[in-house]
Formats: sequence, structure tokens, C-alpha cells
Amino acid sequence: MDHIRAVPDGAPSPGAPSGAVPADTSAAELAELLQRSSRGDEAAFAQVYDATSSRAYGLALRVVRNPAQAEEVVQEAYLDAWRSSSRYEPTRGSALGWLLTIVHRKAVDRVRSAEAATQRDAVYHRETQQVEHDQTAESAHASLEAQRVRGAVATLTAVQREAVELAFFGGYTHTEVATMLDVPVGTAKTRIRDGLIRLRDAMGVGS
Amino acid sequence: MSDIHHLTGAYALDAVDDIERARFEQHLAECEDCRLEVASLREAAGLLSETTAVTPPPALRESVLAGIAQVRPLPPIVHRTPVVQRRWFPLLVAAAVVAILGVGAALWQPWAPSQDSSLTAAEQVLEAGDARSVAVDLGDSGSATVTRSESLGKAVITTDDMAPAPSGKVFELWLQVDGEMVPAGLMPPGEDTQMVLEGDATTATAVGITVEPEGGSDQPTTEPIALFDFSQAV
Repeated sequence: MDHIRAVPDGAPSPGAPSGAVPADTSAAELAELLQRSSRGDEAAFAQVYDATSSRAYGLALRVVRNPAQAEEVVQEAYLDAWRSSSRYEPTRGSALGWLLTIVHRKAVDRVRSAEAATQRDAVYHRETQQVEHDQTAESAHASLEAQRVRGAVATLTAVQREAVELAFFGGYTHTEVATMLDVPVGTAKTRIRDGLIRLRDAMGVGS
Repeated sequence: MSDIHHLTGAYALDAVDDIERARFEQHLAECEDCRLEVASLREAAGLLSETTAVTPPPALRESVLAGIAQVRPLPPIVHRTPVVQRRWFPLLVAAAVVAILGVGAALWQPWAPSQDSSLTAAEQVLEAGDARSVAVDLGDSGSATVTRSESLGKAVITTDDMAPAPSGKVFELWLQVDGEMVPAGLMPPGEDTQMVLEGDATTATAVGITVEPEGGSDQPTTEPIALFDFSQAV
């Protein structure tokens, strides 16, 4: 559970958060920028990158753990997002959520390849040091929104949080999670789902 | 069948393997509730990244922007999504797995003349000397077996206790020929049916079943619920 709290608390930033989008780029603006990107507007996509890259990179880094690999994952994900920007449907979710889904999938695919898996373990301790160091410089990102998320995460039971973290940040499948936690497959599946539902409801998204 | 709904959370977190993903996406195509739930849970999962944000190295921005400058964005989807060939791959794996788990033995009677006029068209295929079968276990939804005779150029599907198509939908059969999906007819309703697939099955590499709107489609619009890979036929 410390994983989700890895970013230190900072001073709440002013400005109303809207969904998971940074205060300086609203969800609607981001959707609009993505739409312009689909028409080949590179400047619009640069703005998409600026508004989302710390979320994308932080997530990739958290899953793959190796900064060089995280950069590759992020680069691939943004290239995919640019290519398929016309396929984003605003009615089905936020642009940030759409983008992070791509990033997460790429990151998970990366750690699941056997080659990366061995590397991940080998470099874990070394890189952890570096990540923690980097994150201390990230207090600017410890926004009001991040505090809200941490508050919502705190509403999960300990076992739900553990299962969600292993799946989301660990990149493990629900069956692997079940084995790691020594619980039946159905139990792990239910903990993940119930945990996410609780998080969703606490954050008031998708309703 | 209700159990599959509970995979929404794991699916939203990419915490599924390729076979589970393919199967669940097939389910998603039919289950609006699950689609909505997955969308909302993905949104919730995305929020977790708020707590792990890290500013990337400045050079990454340059390489991302240099990269996109060389790639044209895809056109929007104007009508329905064509199913591209490679998306069948995970199901081929699944089909291979189930083919290993349970393969229906071909009915084979060496003494029966293959063109016996007293046999139905389906029976002629099933009893042909070169009949080879692939069975797919559909779990709670029963099972199905496809049998082909290359000499007759025909394939037959036999279902056993197979769950019906969702209301307003039909099961459509496809022959995979030269990497293309060729319509091979709509399956008759019923739990235990048998039909001869339309078209020439001689060079088909696989048979697929998809869920289609009533009346069928010219090309698959959903992931196959079952794929019968003839390379696994015995």
C-alpha cells in the first residue's frame, strides 16, 4: 500500500481539478486537442504531451521500473495515440484515461516479455533508488487531485488495495495475483473489481 | 455465465492473459453493462497515475514529437470496424489449446462408400475417408466440432449443448481462405445442430464463428467466439 503513497504530499495547488486532468488543461480542452491531433496538428499533440507526459511517464516507470524502458514505453504509447487519435471517442471516457490505457497496456506488455522480466528484477534495487530521488523533485505534482486520489485509495480495504496494486502497478495477471496472495482465482478477481469500483465511486468518475 | 462479468476489473487493469482478453472482448461485444463498467473502471485506474507522476526527461518530448512527425494519423472509422486478420491470432492460440484439451474423434467407417446416396450431405462429410475434425470447448456454452473432408471440399459443424446466440443476433460461420474470412452461412438455432458449411472448404485453413446481427454480415464484425484451426485437425 505504500506504493500508492509513493509521491510525498505537497501543498495543494490552487485551481479546481476536473477529473484526472491537470488544472491547467481541462478535460474538454484535452479532448479537443486530441481531435485536432487526428487532423495532423502536431502543435496540438505537443500540448497533449505537455499536459499528460508526467502522468504517462510516471505510470510507465512505476510498472517497468527501468527509466530507459519507461521512456521507450512512453514514446511508443504517444506514437500510438497520435496514430489512433481519430479513434478516441469523447463520449466513452476522458482523453487522459484513453491515453493512460494505451501507456499501461504497453508497459504491461513490456514487463511480461520474459526478457524484460529478468531485467526488471536485476535492476530493481538500483532503479528504486533513482526513482525515489526523482520523485522527491515531484512535489509540484502532489496536487490537490493527488490528495483526493490518495483519500479515495484509503477507502479500499487492505486486501483490495494490495490486489489492485499488484495488478495495476505490478503488471501481474489476476491469476498471478491470486497465486502471489495465496487466494483462489475468483477471490483475486473479485478483490480487484470491488477495489476499483470503490475507487471509482469515491472519486465520482464514470457515473 | 455470470462469472465472466466479474472479469471487468482485471480486464480494465490489463491483468488478463491473451486468451482471457480475446474471450472477454468477445463478451464485451455483446454486453453493454460490462462495456460501461470497464470504461468507468479504466477511468478510475487512470486516476491512480496521479499519485505516481514523474516529469520525464526533456529529451523524451523531442523524440516523441520527432516520431509523430513521420507518421500519418489513421483515418476515422467511417462505418463498422472491419476485423483485421491479426486479431484472430489469440483465438488461434485458444483454439490450439482447446484442440489439445479435447479433440472430437472423426467418425470414420472405412467400409462405407463416401458417396452413398442414402447418406445426408453432412453424413457424407462425416464419414468420408479423409474426414478430419477439430473440436472447440466453449465452456459453459457447450462445444462444437468442425469436420472437413478435403476430397469432398466440404466442412460440417456439429454442436453439442451450445448456448443460443443473444436475442436479435445470429451465429455466423466463416471459412478462412487465403487469410480472408469468407461467409459460410448462418447457424440454425438449437442446442444440438449439424449443418454443412456453404462454400468450398478444400483450401480453408480455419473455420470461425462470430456473433452477427440478424441476417448475418458480409465480413466479421466481432471477435470470433470459436476458431477451428484445421492445422490442429485429427
